[in-house]
Parts: sequence; C-alpha cells; structure tokens
Amino acid sequence: QGVPKPFTEVIKANIGDAHAMGQKPITFLRQVTALCLCPELLKDPNLPKDAKERAERLLAVCGGHSAGAYTASPGIEMVREDVARYIQRRDGVPAKAQDIFLSTGASDAIMSILKLLVSGSGSSRTGVMIPIPQYPLYSAALAELDAVQVNYYLNEERCWALDVAELQRALTEGRQRCSPRVLCIINPGNPTGQVQSRQCIEEVIKFAYEQKLFLLADEVYQDNIYAEGSAFHSFKKVLMEMGPPYSEVVELASFHSISKGFMGECGLRGGYVEVVNMDPEVKAQLSKLVSVRLCPPVPGQMVLDIIMDPPKPGEPSYERFQAEKEAVLNALAEKARLTQEIFNRTPGIHCNPVQGAMYSFPRIDLPPRALAAAKEKNQAPDMFFCMRLLEETGICVVPGSGFGQREGTYHFRWVPTP
Amino acid sequence: CGRGPGGCRGGRTDMALRCAASLAAGRQPRGPRREGTVRWSSAAKASAVKINEKASREKILTLESMNPQVKAVEYAVRGPIVLKAGEIEKELRKGIKKPFTEVIKANIGDAHAMGQRPITFLRQVVALCTYPNLLDSPSFPEDAKKRARRILQGCGGNSLGSYTASQGINCIREDVASYIERRDGGVPADPDNIYLTTGASDGISAILKILISGGGKSRTGVMIPIPQYPLYSAAISELDAIQVNYYLDEENCWALNVNELRRALNEAKAYCNPKVLCIINPGNPTGQVQNRKCIEDVIHFAWEEKLFLLADEVYQDNVYSEGCQFHSFKKILYEMGPEYYNNVELASFHSTSKGYMGECGYRGGYMEVINLHPEIKGQLVKLLSVRLCPPVSGQAAMDIVVNPPVPGEESYAQFIKEKESVLNNLAKKAKLTEDMFNKIPGVQCNPLQGAMYAFPRIFIPSKAIEEAKAHKMAPDMFYCMKLLEETGICVVPGSGFGQREGTYHFRMTILPPVEKLKILLEKVKDFHIKFLEKYA
Repeated sequence: QGVPKPFTEVIKANIGDAHAMGQKPITFLRQVTALCLCPELLKDPNLPKDAKERAERLLAVCGGHSAGAYTASPGIEMVREDVARYIQRRDGVPAKAQDIFLSTGASDAIMSILKLLVSGSGSSRTGVMIPIPQYPLYSAALAELDAVQVNYYLNEERCWALDVAELQRALTEGRQRCSPRVLCIINPGNPTGQVQSRQCIEEVIKFAYEQKLFLLADEVYQDNIYAEGSAFHSFKKVLMEMGPPYSEVVELASFHSISKGFMGECGLRGGYVEVVNMDPEVKAQLSKLVSVRLCPPVPGQMVLDIIMDPPKPGEPSYERFQAEKEAVLNALAEKARLTQEIFNRTPGIHCNPVQGAMYSFPRIDLPPRALAAAKEKNQAPDMFFCMRLLEETGICVVPGSGFGQREGTYHFRWVPTP
Repeated sequence: CGRGPGGCRGGRTDMALRCAASLAAGRQPRGPRREGTVRWSSAAKASAVKINEKASREKILTLESMNPQVKAVEYAVRGPIVLKAGEIEKELRKGIKKPFTEVIKANIGDAHAMGQRPITFLRQVVALCTYPNLLDSPSFPEDAKKRARRILQGCGGNSLGSYTASQGINCIREDVASYIERRDGGVPADPDNIYLTTGASDGISAILKILISGGGKSRTGVMIPIPQYPLYSAAISELDAIQVNYYLDEENCWALNVNELRRALNEAKAYCNPKVLCIINPGNPTGQVQNRKCIEDVIHFAWEEKLFLLADEVYQDNVYSEGCQFHSFKKILYEMGPEYYNNVELASFHSTSKGYMGECGYRGGYMEVINLHPEIKGQLVKLLSVRLCPPVSGQAAMDIVVNPPVPGEESYAQFIKEKESVLNNLAKKAKLTEDMFNKIPGVQCNPLQGAMYAFPRIFIPSKAIEEAKAHKMAPDMFYCMKLLEETGICVVPGSGFGQREGTYHFRMTILPPVEKLKILLEKVKDFHIKFLEKYA
C-alpha cells in the first residue's frame, strides 16, 4: 500500500520453507513428477532417459496408468518397497514394506500414530512426553486429541542434550496426573538443531524399554547434518543393533518427510512412517484409519520414491542430481555456521552449535526494562522482542515461547534459509 | 523348575520354559536343595527371564489399550470386501484358477483407475507448474502457460514446493469465488470464505471437528442421510459425536422429506444436542439430485431448528437425468432472502476427484463457509495451520476446474470436447445401468439422476439370510462376497452405507468403460438369478 517503513520487505525467517527462501528444487524430482502428470512428455527429447524410465515405472503401478487415480491407502506398494530398501541401505538392517505407511507430510503420520495411542480418562488418560523446546505440532496434536502433555527439558548448557535423568524426572512427575505411554524424540532437533549421539539414543531406547513407553522418532531432518563429528543414527538401526530383548519388544514409529533435507518439497506434502514391533491387530486398525482419507497425494508419493531411489552413478541424471544436492546441503551448512558465529559475537545472544536441521534457537538476555515493557503490553518477553524486531527490521522470527523453554529464559527460532 | 519323574529332561530351552512357566504361575522355583539335583545354569535363568518377559510382557499399544474411537471407525468403501478382493487379486497373480480372469473394482469412485482419461489442459497446467522449464517448450499452449505462471506467482519462491498459506493460495481462492459466482448466477462469493482442502474429506473433517462439543446428553448430534457416504459415520465415530440418522425415501427416488428430518431431530433431542445437518447432493450412494423446492425446505428447516448445514456437493458436475438440475445450497440460500442468507451457517464442499476431472490422487478440494462467527473463523484457520497447507498440486488442479479454458482460448475446443465426452459417457452408463438392473428379477434400481453409482435394492431369500447369519455376516455382505468369489466383481454392500431395516442393497460404480460395464451387468444378472435359485 506504500506505507513507509524502516525496510522495504518482510523477511519470513519463521518457517522451514526452503523454496520460499529461494532454494531451487532438485531438477530430477520435478522432471519425473512432470512426466507422471503429463505422459505426453515422454516424447519430449529434452527430458533425460532415466527420468522417463522412472516415470513409466511409477505410472505402471497407478490405476489406469494415471497419477489421478486413488492409490492404495498406505501408499503405492512399489513405493513402500522402495522406502523399505532405502531404510535397509541406510541402516544395514532389514525393513518391510508392510511396516511402512506413506502419508501427507510427516505431520499426517504423527497425528495418526498419536490418535491410535490416546485413550483412558482422568488419571489414566494417555500422557505423551515431548521435548522442551519442541516443534509445536506435538503440543497442538495433544491439545486436539485431549491427551496429556508431559514436558522433558533438553539441556541448553550442554548443547541441548537429552538426559535420561531428566526423562525420569518428567516421567515420575507425569505419572502423578496421567498414564504416560509415549515418548517423542526429534532427532535432529527442531528448533534446537542438536544431533543425538549414538550412546544417547541407546540410553533413550533402554529407558523406553524399562518404562514401557512407545517411541516416536521424528527424523525428518536426517539429511541435514552439518557439524563435524555429528552423524545421524536412526532409532530403528540402533534399536535393532541393541539386539533382544530391546529389538523384539520396543514399539517404535519413525517419521520422514520430503519437506526438509535437500529436497525442500514442502508443498507437495509427502512423507512416511515406519512402525517397528507394532501389534499386528493395531496395524490393521491403522490401515483402516488411513483408508477413510483414501490416500496421500500422488505427486508427493512420486517425489518420495525418487528420493528413496535416487539416480545412481552412470545414469544420465546422476551428476546433476549430486551437484544440486551437495550445493543445497553445503549452503545450509555454511548458513548454519555463519548464523551461529554471528549470533555468538553479539552481546546478549548465545547460540548453541547448529549441528543439524535448519534452525538456530539463540538465547537472548533481556534487560529488566524490556521485561517491564513486555509486561505492560501483556506480551511474553520474547514475543515483545520479536515484535519489535519485526517492526524495526522487517525480519519475522518465532519467539521461544512458541516452542517452550525453561522458565526465565528467552529465545527465538531463526531459519537461516535466505 | 522342580524335578519331575525321570529328572530334568531336555536342553536349556526346555528348562528355561519350565522355569518360565513356574514363574508365571507364581510358583517359586525349587532351588538346589538336595544333593545331585539339577542346578540352573545362569544362561538358563537368563533365557527364562527373557522368555518369561516376552510371554508376559504385553505390548503398550494393543486393541485393548488403543483409542476406542478409532476402533469404532468403519469405512466400507475400502473395507473387508475390498480387502478380500485384494487377496483374490494376489491369488490370480500367483496363477490360482478362478471362474474369472480379473477382479473388477466397482467399489470406489475412481474414474481414472477404470480407464477414464484425464483432461489434457489440466495436466498441462499442473506439469508446467511442476517443472517450469516447460514454459519454454513449444509443445504447451499459451493459455496453459499463462495460468501456470499466475499460479507460480502465488507460490513462495515461485515454486510448487513451498508451503502456501494454510487457507490456500490467494489467487486460487479468488478464482474459486469467481467460479461460484458464475455458477450461481451472480450470487456474490467472498474469497475470504473459501478454504482449499486436501480433498473434500479433509474440509468435512475440519468443520465437524470444530462443531463437536459437549458431553452426555449435550454431546453434539450430527444428522446424516441413510444411506450415506461412510466418511460421515467414520468421522462421527472418530470424533466421538452422536450420529443421528434420517432416512431417504426409497419409494420416492431417494427423496429427502422434511417430515423425516423432523422426526429424526425430535427423537435425537432425547439423547444428544443435534447441531449439524449433512446433505449430500447429488447423493452418494443414492444418486438423486434434489430439486429446488426440497433444498428450500431443508434450508428453512435448518434455519428454524438452528442447525449448521453441511452441503456435500462434490458431484455437482455429474447430473444426468432430464429435468434434473444442480442447485447449490448457497445459491438457494441467497435467493431465499436476507433473513436466511444472513443467518444460516453453511459449509459447501467441492472436490477435484469427481465431476469430469476424476483427479482423485491429487487430493484437491475446497469449502465455502458462510456466516461463520468471526472468532470461529480464526479458530478454523488456526486448526488448518497445524497441518501447514493442502497439497499444492491439488490446489493447482482445483484452479483449472474453476478457471477452465473459455471460448476464444486456444485450448477451449479440445477442453470442451473432452469434458463433454466424459459427461455424456457417464450419462449413457447411468441410464444403461439403471435399465439393466431393473430387468433383473429381484433387483430394483432407482433412477441414477446424478453422481456415479447405482444402489440397487436386492431381494435376498430367507435361506440366504440364514446362511449369512450362520457366517456372522450381514446378508448383503454375504451376497457381495459370493458375487466377488464367483464373478470377480467387487461392489460394496448396502450395510456399509446404511439402509432401512430388512432391506438390502449394494453400491456399484458406473465407471468401467461401456462395453465392459455391459458385460459386468450381464454377469451380475446371471449371478443374481443363480443366487435366487440356489436359496429358493
């Protein structure tokens, strides 16, 4: 409308949406999807042979050879098999297509699993342990499902580490008011960006085993690992490598998505859940539940398939694919490092290392007068800070109170994707 | 693990199992008290503990411990009979001989799966949006490129891969509003009242979610037609709302009778708080198209009784019978004047899955919600925001549905030809199906005025009903299972949709190609006659 401001544009650094911030889609993914949507393009000489082969392979398993047909409700079987093979390659342990359910983004699958788990009433109502700070899908889902939220605090002093002692404290506290049955882990963390060590994951699994907790492992940032010495270990892999009784007993659901990683295909809404040690009758109930919404969007299933089975060395699109992938991941790593560095040079801002994911979650020291001003406006202090930041610079970030934080500390989540 | 006669036999496992059994039975295992008795090895003890644990350790998530609401959910369209059809397909692939060579899935409204072709223009635009390099390709018409550019401009970073606003891309919502205005003869539509959704099912679920509250006798009651599309009963189960059935009048071509609405409502007031009235027009599975008067009566009833109206209009493009016409609830509401138009809360739903498009797999849809309390609108958007946004390819597909080629545009001629071909074909098949079913003794089929299904009533002899009972099956499920096993044709029993007590039906789609459909109908006829003879 032409209203003058101290800036000319608003920078939306609030949401993990890479394409919106200028990241380019991976060419091969888009070529295959376009070919599936418009098979006339199979005659187009400008599209590579391997993209065409992938498209034909996918269309062959679609009803009427069309991406417009409903698929099976857990997703196209062939894609689920490709997901299983990916998991097997990634982890070195077997995976079965029947344990994999494709979904409309990871959020959809997380909701479905939580839906199954929530029951009881009063002090026996299901309690769900979630990290603080957390990605607020969890608190929202628990509110919607009327489950009981049980907070466990990540340790900011130690790079947002997960301490089993803290899990125990939270569980004990939770048992006084509900029936905690679920433990949610986000690894790599959102908003905190820490990558759990293998040892930590083992301890969490042991804890879940001993305390009879159903594990949800949100692993959508598994491709976003930046720090030297950090490595992604899937909960599934560690669980299996721990052997019996853990590997045969611990109930686990692991989630992945096409929205993050190097792909950033948020808008296509693709993802999956792998369930481990799930009661077969409950699995049938899950199949029934997802059937009511018919199926996840087909373009998202197709993009997922390509990510699970990317171009291989020797194939025409391999080099370009690898180059694009590496460019994205290197840029993200560089931005993570830069963000951390600049924040830590700023007096009053302390930023833990951004080991992975795509956010920094710096702690900010707010002077007493700022706290007072916030109180006057009836705003959380970090909301007050973020509102002022927005009004004076046009930069939009999310206050830490939206993710949860220890009392008396303030943060904001910044997405270093611009 | 005491010593039985003959002493401890077998290996460690045997011993461990016996130890485990003792432990499980609460018996203290007898220790090594006597000279020469067997002592447990520590390995056996460890195995005993492990096996005992596995034996006695129940899973956290079981049928008993899981969410009872989810357990109560049923969805017949992809339910037991379809699972059975899948098993039979697997057997056929293995080479197991059957009285047929393929399973025909006439259970689900999936046009492309049955051979219907996508609309070229729609696919071109979505492909251009997906891979914008194609904007430089001479193989795509300019009008498709223009629309693609417009959609991409509404996307973050000009990419289909960005999250959109949770309510959907602005310019698409504007296009939906324009479409509604054109469709309804100029009745105004506000883009702010339009929400793009992940198929219509998503929107219906979201609206029901915000409507359901209260406890005990004041729990929200939701009035649904019987027969219904079982998304409604499934959503009601999941959300723990109260289902209030109103019966459509089979004798009168599945007409909606306000007296029946009143009966259902008054009865329900005794045990719940009926707040919502769901209408499916054109009907699914019943295929009737409501006339204007009926819609007015329903609106008046909703206004009188303070009911929130849900109008499921996903088949609005599928109207076949002479003398039938689609009237949107929104239009009629407006035409009834300000007292109704400013007060009745109405949500109307549309989808890319049906019509002439059949783009089920894209999961595209929208809802127009009017007279929502302004604070509720904020709550609705907040609810939708948790799931971020509907799939952008579905949003793009919806845009083409509401903003198709117009006369003068390059793609118009082909577009119209394809659209009319699909719709004429469906109309032909609707008539064919109705006629053929009505020729079968013991089958009676109401006119298929719209949608894409036949819901014939079948006479099931008492002997068959008894056998069904013996198999613990609903009689029409029994019938449909036999039909599947003997002909390979998969339809959905009427019990999956609801029907008057003592009547039986099945729902079959009219989507297979004409020649195949004729063969199918002949097979059903032969089966039915044999069935009647067998159970005479």
